Amino acid sequence: MNKQNKIIFFNPSQESGKGLVLAQEGISAGFPSPADDFKELRISIDKEVVKNETATFYARVEGESMKGAGLDNGDLLVIDRSLEPEDNKIAVCFIDGEFTVKRLKVEKDCLYLMPENRKYEPIKVTEDNELTIWGVVTYVVKKV
Amino acid sequence: MFALIDCNNFYASCERVFQPQYEGKALVILSNNDGCVIARSNEAKALGIPMGAPAFKFRSEFKKHNIKVFSSNYPLYGDMSHRVMKILEKYTPNIEIYSIDEAFLKFEGFEYFDLMETGLKMRKQVRQWTGIPISVGIAPSKALAKIANKIAKKFSNKTGGVYCIDTDEKRLKALKWTPINDVWGVGIRHSKKLKALGVKSALDFVNLPDSWVKKNLSILGLRLKRDLEGAPTIQLEEFAPKKKSIATTRSFKNTITTFSDLEERITTYTLLGAEKLRKQQSCASAIYVFVRSNPFQKQAEQYRNGFTFKLPYATDSSIILNQYAINGLRNIFKSGIEYKKAGILLLGLTPSTSRQMSLFEKDTTKHSALMETMDNIHRRFGPHRMKLGSQDLKQTWKMRRDYLSNRFTTEINEIIKVK
Repeated sequence: MNKQNKIIFFNPSQESGKGLVLAQEGISAGFPSPADDFKELRISIDKEVVKNETATFYARVEGESMKGAGLDNGDLLVIDRSLEPEDNKIAVCFIDGEFTVKRLKVEKDCLYLMPENRKYEPIKVTEDNELTIWGVVTYVVKKV
Repeated sequence: MFALIDCNNFYASCERVFQPQYEGKALVILSNNDGCVIARSNEAKALGIPMGAPAFKFRSEFKKHNIKVFSSNYPLYGDMSHRVMKILEKYTPNIEIYSIDEAFLKFEGFEYFDLMETGLKMRKQVRQWTGIPISVGIAPSKALAKIANKIAKKFSNKTGGVYCIDTDEKRLKALKWTPINDVWGVGIRHSKKLKALGVKSALDFVNLPDSWVKKNLSILGLRLKRDLEGAPTIQLEEFAPKKKSIATTRSFKNTITTFSDLEERITTYTLLGAEKLRKQQSCASAIYVFVRSNPFQKQAEQYRNGFTFKLPYATDSSIILNQYAINGLRNIFKSGIEYKKAGILLLGLTPSTSRQMSLFEKDTTKHSALMETMDNIHRRFGPHRMKLGSQDLKQTWKMRRDYLSNRFTTEINEIIKVK
């Protein structure tokens, strides 16, 4: 047989694989970033306004009845259903087939839904009304 | 002790949270494509609307009784279900989410707790936080908790929606009250067999000899018997078992007659199915394709057919599955038929990790990278964003959802409006 046809084996190089170690903070002239130890998560509005995720719902304001309380047409309301409705809280209510947002006013044996706009009348809740206090409003998000 | 929590008329309750005007009113929810009734409020049940009632047949009935009709709103139901389960998780670390509206809780080391009180608290909290009414059944075993739940719901005036089987006296009374076909896990076939032998109630069943139960209903029947005897035998399954087959089928809003239209539909269904397959990290070893005409259109020619392809190797590639699906469709397509429904079934599912390699396998790693990209795009930008060439790129097929309510909790433009 012809000797020139001999198979020549090449061994894989053992040299490679000495990769560089990634220095996360970079090496800047021998001094690490002084801010690295103070890294924190960015501010989250969601975290600020949503205290109880499973009980939080949203609603859109339609109309001007709560203008005085800073709730304008088109504003976004954050509602936390886990909070107990109390006197003086702003709540989303369902009364006589309609959702409404008003301030609760609890008097002896009587509940009022108070608008904050002179053009609107307070609603006195009587036995004839079908009322559900749907949830307490905790924040209002508005575009300026 | 175990507790079974069940949301009362869940879909109807979800609709009512955001549309309280339907509180106390009869309402029904229709299946995908508004085909048939899949959920009813108590009032609709009382009016005699059966489960599965075809919508088109009952249209006049709905109108006559002023029954409010809804298309199914799965984004809403899914989110509300998630909220309910999240609340339940606060009560015990051991929870099995059994379905969209049911969960088993296991209370271990809670001997000194008043579980009845816990149940009432749970019910009140879920109702206040989410607006969803639930029933709670508490008992020493899962099968008994199911029965306790039925009692809690059926006699809610007396029970306040919570019932606890905590004495042997209560257990026997509950078993006597429960018809055999209502026992958890006793199918229609078994209950027929049992009824023929004079076994009418759960109590009759428990009184059967062990040997007979084991011989006729297998070891599963015996485990159920133990559970009903008050010895917890059926354990909590905290991880949902993987599906053994995946189906994607739809009725069309309008009938389809051409091959290319059907091809487009089948491709879309196969892609949806394949995505579900990859989500649970399985591969399919067979695919079944079927088509059928509209059985309610009596004057038109009726046709139904299906075809199963055994794949040479298990795969999760949308591309390969689709090739077989379309081949299958070619085998069963008949012209001149007005097709109303089609679908695919992915069968013989095996875990992706343990699939057998085959010498002639075409399934390359390129596919899996592509599939992963496709799934990611769909997750980020919504479904149907990336399509195969055989899918219609312009026309988007719409499901029939004429009575759809808003997605009150998942779409900012669809939230409730307050005056």
